[in-house]
Amino acid sequence: MRNVIAIGLALLAAIGPIDAQAPSASRPTPAADSLLDARTREVASGLRCPVCQGESIEQSPAELAVELKGVVREQLAAGRTPEQVREYFVARYGEWILLEPRPTGFNATLYLVPPLLLLGGAVVIVVLLRRWTRAGAAQPAGASLDDELLD
Amino acid sequence: MTRLVGYSGILVALALSLVGAVAAFVAAARRGRTSPLARSAAYVNGALLLVANLAMVVALVTNDFSVSYVAQVGSRSTPLLFSIISLWGALEGSILFWAGVLTAYAAAVVFTSRRRDDATIGYATGVLHAVSLFFLILLVGPANPFGLVTPVPFDGPGPNPLLQNHVLMAVHPPLLYLGYVGMTVPFAYAMGALLSGKLDADWSRATRRWTVTAWGFLTAAIIAGMWWSYEVLGWGGYWAWDPVENASFMPWLTATAFIHSTMVEERRGMLKGWNVTLVISTFLLTILGTFLTRSGVLSSVHSFAGGSIGYYFLSFIAVVLVASLVILAGKSDALKSEGRLESAASRETAFLVNNLLFTVFTFTVLLGTLYPLVAEAIRGVKVSVGAPFFNQMTLPLCMALLFLLGVGPALPWRRTTPEELRRKLLAPGAALALALVVAFALGERDAYALAGFAFTGFALVGNLQEYLFGARARMRALGERAPTALVRAVAANRRRYGGYLSHVGVLVATAGIIASSADKSEHEATLRRGESMTIGRYTVRYDDTWGRKEPQRFVVGSAVTVLRAGAVIDSMAPRLNFYNMSSQPVTTPAVRTTAREDLYLILMAFEQDGSKVTIKAIVEPFVVWIWIGGLVVLLGVVVAVWPGGGRRPSALGARPGASRPQSAARTPQPETRIPELAR
Amino acid sequence: MNWKRATIALLATTPILALFAFGLTRDPREIPSPLPGRDAPAFAMAVMPPAADAPATSDTVRLAEQRGKIVVMNFYASWCLACRDEHPVLQALAPEYRDKGVEFYGVMYKDSPDALRRWIAEMGGQPYPTLVDPGARTAIDYGLYGVPETFFIGRDGRVARKHVGPVTRDVIRATLDSLLAAGGGTPEAGGGA
Repeated sequence: MRNVIAIGLALLAAIGPIDAQAPSASRPTPAADSLLDARTREVASGLRCPVCQGESIEQSPAELAVELKGVVREQLAAGRTPEQVREYFVARYGEWILLEPRPTGFNATLYLVPPLLLLGGAVVIVVLLRRWTRAGAAQPAGASLDDELLD
Repeated sequence: MTRLVGYSGILVALALSLVGAVAAFVAAARRGRTSPLARSAAYVNGALLLVANLAMVVALVTNDFSVSYVAQVGSRSTPLLFSIISLWGALEGSILFWAGVLTAYAAAVVFTSRRRDDATIGYATGVLHAVSLFFLILLVGPANPFGLVTPVPFDGPGPNPLLQNHVLMAVHPPLLYLGYVGMTVPFAYAMGALLSGKLDADWSRATRRWTVTAWGFLTAAIIAGMWWSYEVLGWGGYWAWDPVENASFMPWLTATAFIHSTMVEERRGMLKGWNVTLVISTFLLTILGTFLTRSGVLSSVHSFAGGSIGYYFLSFIAVVLVASLVILAGKSDALKSEGRLESAASRETAFLVNNLLFTVFTFTVLLGTLYPLVAEAIRGVKVSVGAPFFNQMTLPLCMALLFLLGVGPALPWRRTTPEELRRKLLAPGAALALALVVAFALGERDAYALAGFAFTGFALVGNLQEYLFGARARMRALGERAPTALVRAVAANRRRYGGYLSHVGVLVATAGIIASSADKSEHEATLRRGESMTIGRYTVRYDDTWGRKEPQRFVVGSAVTVLRAGAVIDSMAPRLNFYNMSSQPVTTPAVRTTAREDLYLILMAFEQDGSKVTIKAIVEPFVVWIWIGGLVVLLGVVVAVWPGGGRRPSALGARPGASRPQSAARTPQPETRIPELAR
Repeated sequence: MNWKRATIALLATTPILALFAFGLTRDPREIPSPLPGRDAPAFAMAVMPPAADAPATSDTVRLAEQRGKIVVMNFYASWCLACRDEHPVLQALAPEYRDKGVEFYGVMYKDSPDALRRWIAEMGGQPYPTLVDPGARTAIDYGLYGVPETFFIGRDGRVARKHVGPVTRDVIRATLDSLLAAGGGTPEAGGGA
């Protein structure tokens, strides 16, 4: 069985056992939008749903994800900062609960290498261009008409 | 019977691919020619694997549970269509399918090159045989679908429920394989050209049609995959940067860079090193992607179980990686440029920047995908890299690429003048401003979305106006009327205008992606019978829940009525499917698509007696334009590769060292264009 | 053939291949928990009444009161298939180790008391109490992401081990035997079974 188990488990947890009573009759109705909601959404979007494949607890329908989101909301309401809330989860689930690795220590390479690569490549292109166009031969300009008739 | 036919076919093919590879390499190395034996072997293998695949389909459809693969994924209660397509539903069958597509491509390559008899083709045939050999070894060894099962079971578990839910599953994997496996052909040509030392424009032109075709299939496959994900997985999204999605996306990126950069090589004999590297990277990424998702190295929605197959793939990657990089590096002296960049504001420079952006993009995705592995190796800690990272790091690159999409067509080859540039960029610039204003006026406030819409408008006009310019040039020079001029312009330059059409498709899809991500809204509520919830312009009223027994599953659906401005406009039924083989349900969202937005309903929970249901509703703008854009891209590919018509690129003086002799004949003499000299 | 560049290319591929080979030895689905070695998160959970019509007890189990004892917490649910596999193991070993001073607790995860009671009856009883965890707050505190999961807490109040999946005889014996042998921890006033 592939990871349909993860999705399926999430859904099963959401609907409860089919033959038992009252599955999830008491799903919390979302409150009206507010600053707390927005902050909750933001922190929750950065936390991975532990029983899903690649979803955040903000997106996921799984019941555990909903509970985790509730915890985020409670802690934010109690005055904790987003960073403290994240630290709470990391202390219990490990670093992988964060959907985006913290940019500290070795993880910094993940964030630094691509921009450096881009910068380095751009520099090389600029240098080469300078070198070649300075030595460039004279050619008739206005070749655009050619292009419309030719390929 | 099918077992015998299939398995013996594979064994014979394995022997032939070994013989064919050796014969091809020896003939190319010793005599600089192709090997008739290798050619025949390619045809025979194509036939053998076709038969083997057909045999497996027969076994699946007739529920022959003595065949190990059928015992694994077959079931008497699976509908016919899904029985057929379970050919590629699990590991062994997908490898069988891969081998079938690969040998078919090899046969096609041999056929279309039958009039050529040089070392490049010879080596290329050898490489195709060698790659086929690997997959045939897998089929005989760890991924044998034709094993014998005794005692023969009466029934099987059926394919994975997720694969039975939607007809797009019939379309996405074959397209993906046609694209993915198709990238083996340009790779073979590249290795052939490197080994034979003949790196003129010839090799890139020979592979161009193959690469564009494979690219077209891969694009279609990715779009189909996104569409399937959207319609089936029930979270309202279509791209999650899951490792398997990345595995298909990375070769697409390098292949896209290649089909642009190859034009520079054809015209100016430049960027050869780039092109060969891009082609080799594309193939390596396809094998890498397969390795990552099938060997249990990374966890993904698509991963098949681990097992010994990982070691086989690792060995294959090692061989291919080492061989291609060593040969590339060793023969790199032959990759010198024949021309030079003349100006920063030229199409050559634009393509060079294009290459850089796509390469960094690919590297970023690769790094993010592999980073959990790297972190575990170096820090011993498990980390995860999810969508937020990829979105954050690639959005700026996408913006830059969008801008380039608009500027590129405006830049001619070699160089241009500021006036020329201004003339070409006037309309696109106006479109940029207009798009920005309109988006803002309609309520868009997200910075990236605003920039994205602005650049999309810019690039859209930049590409569409090329049709206008082309038609106008013909009207002026040849006196044709507008419609004729347009049609003839396109027909005479299929590759160019097909390419612009594909650009338009990409831009339309981009607009869809921006709108549906930035302006999505969602709401979830628990409703009793008759109660409603509002989202956006819609009101969703819950009516009743029903259940239905089907042979392979039990379906529960909730009927809802959708109203807008008080009037009933539709009724929908999001569903949950409970399959026999699995205790977890699979969701089928109900999607109502209009040009303006999608209303997306997911059944989250329901009560046994139907008195209450929990429904999540999402409104996503412009989603349908993503799929439409994809179709337009494919249309552009069809136009671009349509055979016949147009001048051959070599007629435009791409010969090394030549400086466009034809241009003298076509351009009005310099003296008449410069008034002073006309006196 | 430029052999110098070829050799450099060959050397460049080595770290990449080494990484992939390393990858094959790892299981991406296995997530190590950061809890072992740290203080067990405090909890205060009510005991589930043994029968539907039994008076609701005011019994609450607090972790703080367990200091000095070894505690085994097994998170489970009636809808969890793997929990059925491990139940006989727990059923057999719990009485044996309770005599040695180990407290066993079952913790209900995302379930209803009635369903759980039916399940327990079906499985032949449970020789230790089940605690109720409303909203799965304690589960989250322990970094739970599925059931069954079993936590072993030492006398010093630290998490000694977390076991994901159905727990086996070997795991229970090995962990508890070593925790019992280690002894130690400051003897708490009034501690001991």
